[in-house]
Amino acid sequence: MNELLDILQELHPEIDFETHEALIDKKVLDSFDIVTLISEINNEFDVAIPAEEIIPDNFNSAKALWALVQRLLDEE
Amino acid sequence: MGKKKKILTALVITVVVIGSLWLLQRLLVPKYMTGIVEGAMIAEYYEEEKDHDVIFIGDCEVYENFIPAVLWEEYGIHSFIRGSAQQLIWQSYYLLEETLKYETPEVVVFNILSMKYNTPQKEAYNRMTIDGMKWSASKIGSIKASMTKDEQFLDYVFPILRYHTRITELNRDDFKYLFHRDKVTFNGYYMRVDVKPAEDVPTGRPLADYTFGETAYEYLDKITAICKEKGVQLVLIKAPSLYPYWYDEWEVQMEEYAKKHNLVYINFLELIEECGLDFSTDTYDAGLHLNLSGAQKASKWFGKFLVENCGLTSRRGDEKLEVLWKDKLAAYEAEIKRQTEAVSKE
Amino acid sequence: MLFTSYEFLFFVLITCVLYYIIPKKWQWMLLLLASYVFYFLAGASFLPYIFVTTVSTYLVARKITSLQQSTSLYVKEHKEELSREEKKEYKAKAKKKQWHWLLFCLLFNLGILAVVKYTNFAISNVNAVLTVFGSKTTLSFVDLVLPLGISFYTFQSMGYIIDVYRGKYEAEKNPLRFALFVSFFPQLVQGPISRFDDLAQSLYKEHAFEFAKISLGLQRVLWGYFKKMVIADRMLIAVNELIQNPDQYKGAYVFAGMLFYALELYADFTGGIDITIGIAEILGIRVTENFHRPYFSKNIKEYWNRWHMTMGSWFTDYIFYPISVCQPMLKFSRFSRAHFGEFIGKRMPVYLSSFVVWFTTGIWHGASWNFIVWGLGNFVVIMISQELEPLYRRFHEKFPKAEGAFAFKVFRVVRTILLMSSLRMFDCYRNVPLTFRMFGSMFTTWNWKVIFDGSMLKLGLDAKDYIILFAGMLLMLTVSLIQRSGSVRGKIRTLSVPVRTILWYGLFLVVLLFGAYGVGYDASQFIYNQF
Repeated sequence: MNELLDILQELHPEIDFETHEALIDKKVLDSFDIVTLISEINNEFDVAIPAEEIIPDNFNSAKALWALVQRLLDEE
Repeated sequence: MGKKKKILTALVITVVVIGSLWLLQRLLVPKYMTGIVEGAMIAEYYEEEKDHDVIFIGDCEVYENFIPAVLWEEYGIHSFIRGSAQQLIWQSYYLLEETLKYETPEVVVFNILSMKYNTPQKEAYNRMTIDGMKWSASKIGSIKASMTKDEQFLDYVFPILRYHTRITELNRDDFKYLFHRDKVTFNGYYMRVDVKPAEDVPTGRPLADYTFGETAYEYLDKITAICKEKGVQLVLIKAPSLYPYWYDEWEVQMEEYAKKHNLVYINFLELIEECGLDFSTDTYDAGLHLNLSGAQKASKWFGKFLVENCGLTSRRGDEKLEVLWKDKLAAYEAEIKRQTEAVSKE
Repeated sequence: MLFTSYEFLFFVLITCVLYYIIPKKWQWMLLLLASYVFYFLAGASFLPYIFVTTVSTYLVARKITSLQQSTSLYVKEHKEELSREEKKEYKAKAKKKQWHWLLFCLLFNLGILAVVKYTNFAISNVNAVLTVFGSKTTLSFVDLVLPLGISFYTFQSMGYIIDVYRGKYEAEKNPLRFALFVSFFPQLVQGPISRFDDLAQSLYKEHAFEFAKISLGLQRVLWGYFKKMVIADRMLIAVNELIQNPDQYKGAYVFAGMLFYALELYADFTGGIDITIGIAEILGIRVTENFHRPYFSKNIKEYWNRWHMTMGSWFTDYIFYPISVCQPMLKFSRFSRAHFGEFIGKRMPVYLSSFVVWFTTGIWHGASWNFIVWGLGNFVVIMISQELEPLYRRFHEKFPKAEGAFAFKVFRVVRTILLMSSLRMFDCYRNVPLTFRMFGSMFTTWNWKVIFDGSMLKLGLDAKDYIILFAGMLLMLTVSLIQRSGSVRGKIRTLSVPVRTILWYGLFLVVLLFGAYGVGYDASQFIYNQF
């Protein structure tokens, strides 16, 4: 979880990702951020987030994103 | 809001909306009272006493070349001209059809120049001819036959759709003539007293095909048929206008048509001397149209012809008509005086 | 049938009246019938195209859903017997089968689009190459009809099939219902490109007659006609004059034309969408918004999130994401990180997929190099502004007051408009070199006096037209400003009945009297029709 927060923080230093719950809905993360994020996650955790998982529910908060990573790791 | 109040509000809104749109439309349609007056001609018929002996139908070659006032004064013939600018043959037919619903004259005179057009021509002329008509099956027929490619039927039903752009160019006339019109013709005759002699009249350019179009013939047939059906004598004429050029090939076709249908056909171009027309004094635009003096000569000749050949008798002495014509002649003479003075001032 | 034709108004009127007369359960069938009648009237030869796309997409979607269902059923039933590995393998095999179906459907339908839209473009390029190599023989062009709205309904259908494949929702069972989703007439001509999960249920639902809903819809339609007829169609006269005679109008004229076109395109496209959404509202159907005051954007990236939004999000969801997060791309990104360093490696997915997105966006707009260069121009501008981001951030740290300052906001809006307008010049002029020449002439031909010396009155518009345009623009701006705090129609609804009536009737009169329609005005096609 901490590694993930680090990645996020690097993208947007001004956001408090631990509490933010509407990263997509409030347009904090745009499509470029999401792609960068996925590529960083792939680099860090060796897990590929497929395009169909790119839905607001999975990216609105760091917690949700972490859950997604966990689930994908689990399925491998 | 109560239900009653709601209905009342809706009613008030509807009335105000429709009323204001109606007013706006009246304001926006061109009035044709000054400058181009040709657009006001067709509507003038409706206010007339409708028991004419002769009805003229056609384009500028009738409304500028024949004078009902002369026919009345000289021969006691009560006539009216239903003509407008570039009135196409189908428009003439539908005007005739409409006129024959109001009255049955002894004679209908139709000028055949419009045989040369087989397809809709200009939107502006369509509007000037058709807008003045009252709504009837004839008007609808005329619209349908006349519309150019870009025109829409709805634009005739609601002229505001056609004339909305005039909102930025409204003038005093639009307000002055919001609810009424002045007369611009004398029983359909459009008067000009000025003179512009005809000099070199060019002969027409050769055409690829001299045969009149199918549609033109179709409507000429219809005109012939409706006159026959109503027992009206149809007289075809070619008015004494030097141009648009009247080709010999066209003349032959018209002569043949008249013969075939047993109609009288008069080509005034062959009667210029007989009428006493002098194109150095009798035209105001170098031969396109006759001026007052020319039209008087043509009318005198034609009146005589009508009396001698079509069995028309003088109705002078008819009390009602005498009263009617007294005013008409006064207006006619006054206009001659006004125009003559204006011309001499120049 | 143009949105601005009497026939269209009549068609919509008849459809709406019937819609609320017939039993509610038939409403969606009436819409389907109306949509096909609409399409038939647009061109009978178009019908086979939309029909084939509808049928093929429907069938493949059904197939994919049934494969998905049987797979999960099988796995569920054999829960005990199968090992984790076996289950995974079975699922992967099934997924592959679905993928083949999806691929077939995509290739087939995008193939149709490509053939009708791009064949002649391809031929002209082949010919150009042949000529370069001295060949005297050239291929002749083929005569193909471009069905109305094919780019829109094809994209809408392909979005649907991809969503079904991704398991976002199940395939629609009723083929007629699906046909309505593809052909819904208000949006057939120029979008928006709707998503099945946004639009479909609202299409099939029964809708009761509600006066309030219908008057709101009418108001939106009226506003659309105002933008389209009073502003766009009037502005178009000058725009056409300028861009069709490039030799005559250089320098300051190009600049004026650029801004005129910005106004015209905005009014035309958003007006058209207002009409579409308004008509749908009258029918009780919610269609996705396509614009969100785009000219107020602070940069181009934001602009593209606010202009033609349904197209932008389509490209993001179905092209940008799949390419940027696919396995080969991730591998390539890792490889780049290792060999070219963190800086480049990190950017690879975004840059490569953005390039593809903008190339396809360009060519989707039209089969010509103009649009491709236009698309790539957007790509370059967006990437530059992306790279400048840290610089801006530093600027704002140094001058924290700038962010909120009105002047700075205006500056950003003006910058967005100018950037977008200059890119759009590719959309105007005949070919790419000419566009560059005309752009250059703004800096070389110094004739700014033409803006004020009456030359602008010789472009087919008189002073009154410019006054109307200016007033119209102010009205649009005012409405946009009010809109920031909520729906303008909603705000007007709170006013008293007479005031409300006067406002809407006034707008109606403005359209009626100042609309550039009828004889004398050439009713222009919606600019977006042909795409």
